[in-house]
Amino acid sequence: MSKKYETVIGLEVHVELATKTKIFCACSTAFGSAPNTHTCPVCTGMPGSLPVLNKKVVEYAMAVGLAANCKIHQYCKFDRKNYFYPDNPQNYQISQLYLPICYDGGIEIETEEGKKTIGIHEIHMEEDAGKLVHDDWEAVSLVDYNRSGVPLIEIVSEPDMRSAKEVIAYLDKLRMMIQYLGASDCKMQEGSMRADVNLSVREEGSQEFGTRTEMKNIGSLKAIARAIEAETARQIDLLESGGKVVQETRRWNDEEGYSYTMRSKEDAQDYRYFPEPDLVPIVISDQWVQQIKDSQPELRDEKQKRYVSEFGLPEYDAKILTSSKKLADLFEATVALCKMPKKVSNWLMGETMRLLREHEMEPEELSFAPEHLAKLIALADAGTINGTVAKEVFEKVFAKNMDPEQYVQEHGLKTVHDEGAIRETICRVIKENPQSVADYQGGKEKALGFLVGQTMKAMKGKANPGMVNQILKEML
Amino acid sequence: MKLLSLTAVELGNKIRAGEVTAEEAALEAFDAIDRTENQVHSFVTIDREGALERAREVQKKIMEGSLMGPLAGVPVAIKDNLCTKGMLTTCSSKILYNFIPTYTAQAVQNLEKAGAVIVGKTNMDEFAMGSTTETSAYGVTRNPWNLEHVPGGSSGGSCAAVAAEEVSFALGSDTGGSIRQPSSYCGVTGLKPTYGTVSRYGLIAYGSSLDQIGPIAKDVTDCAAILEVITSYDQKDSTSMKRKDTDFTHALVDDVKGMKIGIPGDYLGQGLEEEVKEAILAAAKVLKERGAMVEEFDLSLVDYAIPAYYVIAAAEASSNLERFDGVKYGYRTKEYEGLHNMYKKSRSEGFGTEVKRRIMLGSFVLSSGYYDAYYLKALRTKALIKQAFDKAFEKYDVILGPVAPTTAPKIGDSLCDPLKMYLGDIYTVSVNLAGLPGISVPCGLDAKGLPISLQLIGDCFQEKKIIQAAYAYEQTRPYQHCPMA
Amino acid sequence: MEIKQKETGQNVISDETMEYVGILAKLELSEEEKQAAKKDMERMLDYVDKLNELDTSGVEPMSHIFSVSNVFREDEVRNGDGREDALANAPERRDQAFVVPKTVDQ
Repeated sequence: MSKKYETVIGLEVHVELATKTKIFCACSTAFGSAPNTHTCPVCTGMPGSLPVLNKKVVEYAMAVGLAANCKIHQYCKFDRKNYFYPDNPQNYQISQLYLPICYDGGIEIETEEGKKTIGIHEIHMEEDAGKLVHDDWEAVSLVDYNRSGVPLIEIVSEPDMRSAKEVIAYLDKLRMMIQYLGASDCKMQEGSMRADVNLSVREEGSQEFGTRTEMKNIGSLKAIARAIEAETARQIDLLESGGKVVQETRRWNDEEGYSYTMRSKEDAQDYRYFPEPDLVPIVISDQWVQQIKDSQPELRDEKQKRYVSEFGLPEYDAKILTSSKKLADLFEATVALCKMPKKVSNWLMGETMRLLREHEMEPEELSFAPEHLAKLIALADAGTINGTVAKEVFEKVFAKNMDPEQYVQEHGLKTVHDEGAIRETICRVIKENPQSVADYQGGKEKALGFLVGQTMKAMKGKANPGMVNQILKEML
Repeated sequence: MKLLSLTAVELGNKIRAGEVTAEEAALEAFDAIDRTENQVHSFVTIDREGALERAREVQKKIMEGSLMGPLAGVPVAIKDNLCTKGMLTTCSSKILYNFIPTYTAQAVQNLEKAGAVIVGKTNMDEFAMGSTTETSAYGVTRNPWNLEHVPGGSSGGSCAAVAAEEVSFALGSDTGGSIRQPSSYCGVTGLKPTYGTVSRYGLIAYGSSLDQIGPIAKDVTDCAAILEVITSYDQKDSTSMKRKDTDFTHALVDDVKGMKIGIPGDYLGQGLEEEVKEAILAAAKVLKERGAMVEEFDLSLVDYAIPAYYVIAAAEASSNLERFDGVKYGYRTKEYEGLHNMYKKSRSEGFGTEVKRRIMLGSFVLSSGYYDAYYLKALRTKALIKQAFDKAFEKYDVILGPVAPTTAPKIGDSLCDPLKMYLGDIYTVSVNLAGLPGISVPCGLDAKGLPISLQLIGDCFQEKKIIQAAYAYEQTRPYQHCPMA
Repeated sequence: MEIKQKETGQNVISDETMEYVGILAKLELSEEEKQAAKKDMERMLDYVDKLNELDTSGVEPMSHIFSVSNVFREDEVRNGDGREDALANAPERRDQAFVVPKTVDQ
């Protein structure tokens, strides 16, 4: 390969909003119900039914737009996008083309190469489609309209990204921002956050864009990274062999690791957008914008700074703790109870993260109460239990949200401070381990550790380790 | 007793007075239907058993005193593009040949609540696209005044059923004249309200920005009373308007003194049949004699209304009718290969020629490269037409003109030249583009004995003015029953 | 896709355009229907071209007649299980869902 190429990537990210009801009807948006149970004439495209806009959708869209430094179209409208597909019961999707609610923003991302702003072209509101399940034995698909009409925002970036790493950083940033706003849970595995990747390549230094392809609905961050690598290589190969990239939509098959065209004669890709006559325009007053701004929760960057200034945490801690809204919420709630920020931070960053990794879980899946972590920290801090026991108890808190006080009580895990009992045990340990005693007295410091360990073991880990150390030295 | 020759309000009075029962009225409606339906063919669906059962329930409530409205117990027919729960609703199309809605249109619900007894669903041009009721998949409806002529359309079945006195009144829908024009051809009174007055929920859409449901009856009093019942602010329809002045029957005042009435000179020009013109001017003279100030003026832009209307209506229709695809309801072709073939075959076999023609036109004008030139141009023209009306209503309370350039054409004459048929809508479509209320009031017969009507157009939300003018005019000319009835 | 204007200024729609619109509208017309529809459409577009006589520069396209805005619904679940109603008219159903020809290639 003689020439050097640059990859140019823009993303269209679809996010399902966390409303209770669908965008145009009063059906529930709950995930995972039996097929077609959350349906009505509106979201199944029955003749004569009409859409009525859910106000909360406008508010969430605005909140995300403001957080992404967008301007707001204070006069905005819905348009119809016409295309036939069975998951789209009206065969048109109500979306926004001409006056999307938010436009012209950008968010800052950070990669190893440093900081960079990714432009946001626009954010618009639209309805989600239903779900198709393909039959394994027969040439049929089954249609479920539960998801039909679930509110979406589509966040359209500028073609500002140059690598899979930037794309992942951008998606992470978006996800966290939207989770912090409470506008969506952004679960890629449940499809509440999905990304279409628009990608082209060009010779390095070129000012013009190459012909782009679009890869739709890729299911995970890892798959996105793989799809980007593969599509970049495919386009470069094409150009190098004298071919041309065709503007088209491609489907990424992550298992096989290749993409294929979705083009067919029946997909004209001519959506015949026109203003939706069944909905009236939205007029957003300055006061309404202000109200959304005022009710905006603290976002990650501010939170991170505050953790350093208010709680005196190291920057590193602040960064990790705010990397998930759930973790940050847990941190703040626990600190409010026990007033020991650094200790709370240590528990979350240490044991909690370790157990998450071990169980292959996301922080969003944490289920223990801040009260229980606070109690555990208090028990350890007061010396009621020692460090080893604390870790053992925390595993119960983590797994079963157990009350640590109760658990310690029931299992008799309180630290033994009784000097008589400790001396008695040490006497026995010394007697049983003459060789170690001799080693220690011969100058081998290491042998002391072994003897402490034997004492702790004999006392089922409950002895006060400081006292064991001190008494052991004294008796030797 | 000929109960169906009474107006709806007169019949309602008799029922409430205990002189007749709702069931007797319904039975008489079915007698009339039995007599005339094989000639006129107003209905797609007749629900005899259901109607009689509803009549008995309504009668019970009337006797208990819980139903006191003017329409309680009165038989009504519903245009077949209004959804009725549990009752076949076809839009006169094969594509909905078996569609039984699970919900009822809001306007129909309002009627049911008022105790009106639905006897069936009336024939129409398929999906309300047409001016003759000849494009129905279920056969043509004939004009009760002369069976060789069309009843007009698209609410031809509703108007014919009222004229033939098969029912006391009916509901229709009006996208470009579909209530007013067939009312005119059938010699009955039909009112198209201001856009947003009657909820469109449950009305199977043709042109969503133009469609309105309205009453068809013998006289202005009925229309006012019916409109009062079907009007409601409906949260299910985002374009529904919150209105306070909906006591339309209070406008039934026999007085036009000082009322300013304008006749657009451009409505009296080329294409208008001489007999129609004479009848309209004679009616204007009557109003003048009764004290109204009547003069001609130049409305302008009249010739641009039809092209703008057909672009907008066809574009919206092409989108509105996409949902008929053989997946969720209605007709699905028997044999197909794959999804897109199923779509194409179901739709091509399910829709009639006129509907396909408009879907093709609408898809074309919205397609890439043509949107600005056709669709936006039409929306800009619409804005200018609205401005022209705004200017006219600064000066006049009511605009008076013809409903249609001719009386009812013969069956078969219109469809062979669609453009000519579209031109027949010249006096009605601009009212829909501008969202205005309009009423069609009988004002004479031509030499062939076919009815002629005048149209009164009001400013937005000024139904009361056109009701008052129409009522005052009507007092000078008693209702002329169709000879067949 | 273009509609050529002959010297006469009349619209001429090609067979390819008719084919293309057929794909958009999911309509498959017979050859006879297609020719008739083509002629009708050409005539109709000739007629619609009349709008070009009007100077509409500076005029905002009017999609909604009234300046009503902000019609909203509160975010409250009001609809229950709608499955049986939704499927009541289905041309083909299986258990709880609508059946369509397979939407992906095998």
